[in-house]
Amino acid sequence: MMSIEIEAWVRMAAFVGAGFSMGFGAIGAAIGEGFAAAKANNAISQNPTYSGDIVKMMLVGQAIAETAAIFALVIGVLLLFATGGNASMITAAGLLGAGLSMGLGAIGSGVGSGFPAGEACDGLSRQPALSRTLTTTMLIGSAVSQTPAIFSMVIAFMLMFVNFSGGSPHMVAALLGSGLCMGFGAIGSGIGSGFPAGQACVGLARQPAMGSRLTTNMLIGAAVSQTPAIFAMVVSFMLMFISFAGTPVHPTSAALLGAGLATGLAAIGSGVGSGLAAGSGVEGWARQPTATGNVLVIMLVGQAVSQTPSIFGLLISFILIFKGYPSTEVFLVSTALISAGLCTGLGGIGSGVGNGQVAQTAVSWVARNVEQEALLMRTMLVGQAVSQSTAIYAMVISLALIFLV
Amino acid sequence: MIEGADLIQAAAFLGAGLAMGLGAIGPGLGEGMVGAKACEAIGKNPSEAGLLTRTMLVGQAVSESTGIYSLVIALLLLFVV
Repeated sequence: MMSIEIEAWVRMAAFVGAGFSMGFGAIGAAIGEGFAAAKANNAISQNPTYSGDIVKMMLVGQAIAETAAIFALVIGVLLLFATGGNASMITAAGLLGAGLSMGLGAIGSGVGSGFPAGEACDGLSRQPALSRTLTTTMLIGSAVSQTPAIFSMVIAFMLMFVNFSGGSPHMVAALLGSGLCMGFGAIGSGIGSGFPAGQACVGLARQPAMGSRLTTNMLIGAAVSQTPAIFAMVVSFMLMFISFAGTPVHPTSAALLGAGLATGLAAIGSGVGSGLAAGSGVEGWARQPTATGNVLVIMLVGQAVSQTPSIFGLLISFILIFKGYPSTEVFLVSTALISAGLCTGLGGIGSGVGNGQVAQTAVSWVARNVEQEALLMRTMLVGQAVSQSTAIYAMVISLALIFLV
Repeated sequence: MIEGADLIQAAAFLGAGLAMGLGAIGPGLGEGMVGAKACEAIGKNPSEAGLLTRTMLVGQAVSESTGIYSLVIALLLLFVV
């Protein structure tokens, strides 16, 4: 059998992590910037006189969307030159986790920041006089959409630079789980926060008098859409800093990896879904300034229900982290625990987005037809409850895998 | 030492998680689309709310079926196979 030195494992993990960081990290920003450029072309064709202003707006917006990819570049370059002072397998897992966290975490923010950039260009072609307000709204919206990428960068830096190498052997799985959790968990919130930010720019061009109130609603909607990414960050921190020293290495390691996957994957759907509802809420305020209260209420209810799958993910993660396990070398148990995390995580994606779609349409029709608010609220809740069912099945299978196997 | 029977059982557990996890994505999205369109239709024509809600539930029930297939396969993999 060939023997590979620990230092070699650390360098291998750092190089693969650098690849993940820049490879995944390039996806989102490129899509977002492409959306901005497409909208800018469209805007120039509608109003060629202001082409200079529109191109300037496009470039500013694209520069912000690029931020997430630049974070990924920075982490990637740092990983290339990571030395791993106290080399151990834990250091290697931390470096790989850092690459995954930053790379996956940059996808959503890149896409999301593209929406306000594109819609601001479009708005400028309709209302050239609003150039300054549109730029401000776009900047605020893009900045909020970047938040999940910043969470991912914080987690990546901690995984790289905090010295975990003296910890128990569980830390290998814990650090990998931590990186995967934050990386996946940032995708949905990044994309989702982009919807209200984009709609704020659209609404501003349509109803300039609503300006600051649209920004307020955008911030409320985007803040709620951030929740799944915050859940993922909390679980990432727990995986990094809770000491599992007294527990058996197997199957606790598998449980920690599963915990990261459950919250991270389930956050994707809820983040996108809450964002769809928030976007529609901002659009509704611009369309019907007299019904802002009604629109806000149904938007928040719709967002809260869309959050459910990510709460299922959080619940399964907590059970996986805190349930004590008898020591076993049987690899069956470990497989069951990883499978439990994957099941709730993946199973929450569809329901989160589906709930968001229902809320999006219900919010938009309350803005058009406020007398039917009660009826629409009822239909929305029934529709969301049914669309939730598959996430509940997934949670039941996960619980069976954890407790019955 | 890992034995063949262990490996088979582990594959069944992983399969159960993947079947239910991946299988839940489609119905969740599909039923959301049905719910969204039902809200739109009720917004346009509130007097037909009862009929539209019924149609929505029937449509969602059909779209749910693949999720139930996944659940059945997952339960079979966990407890029967």
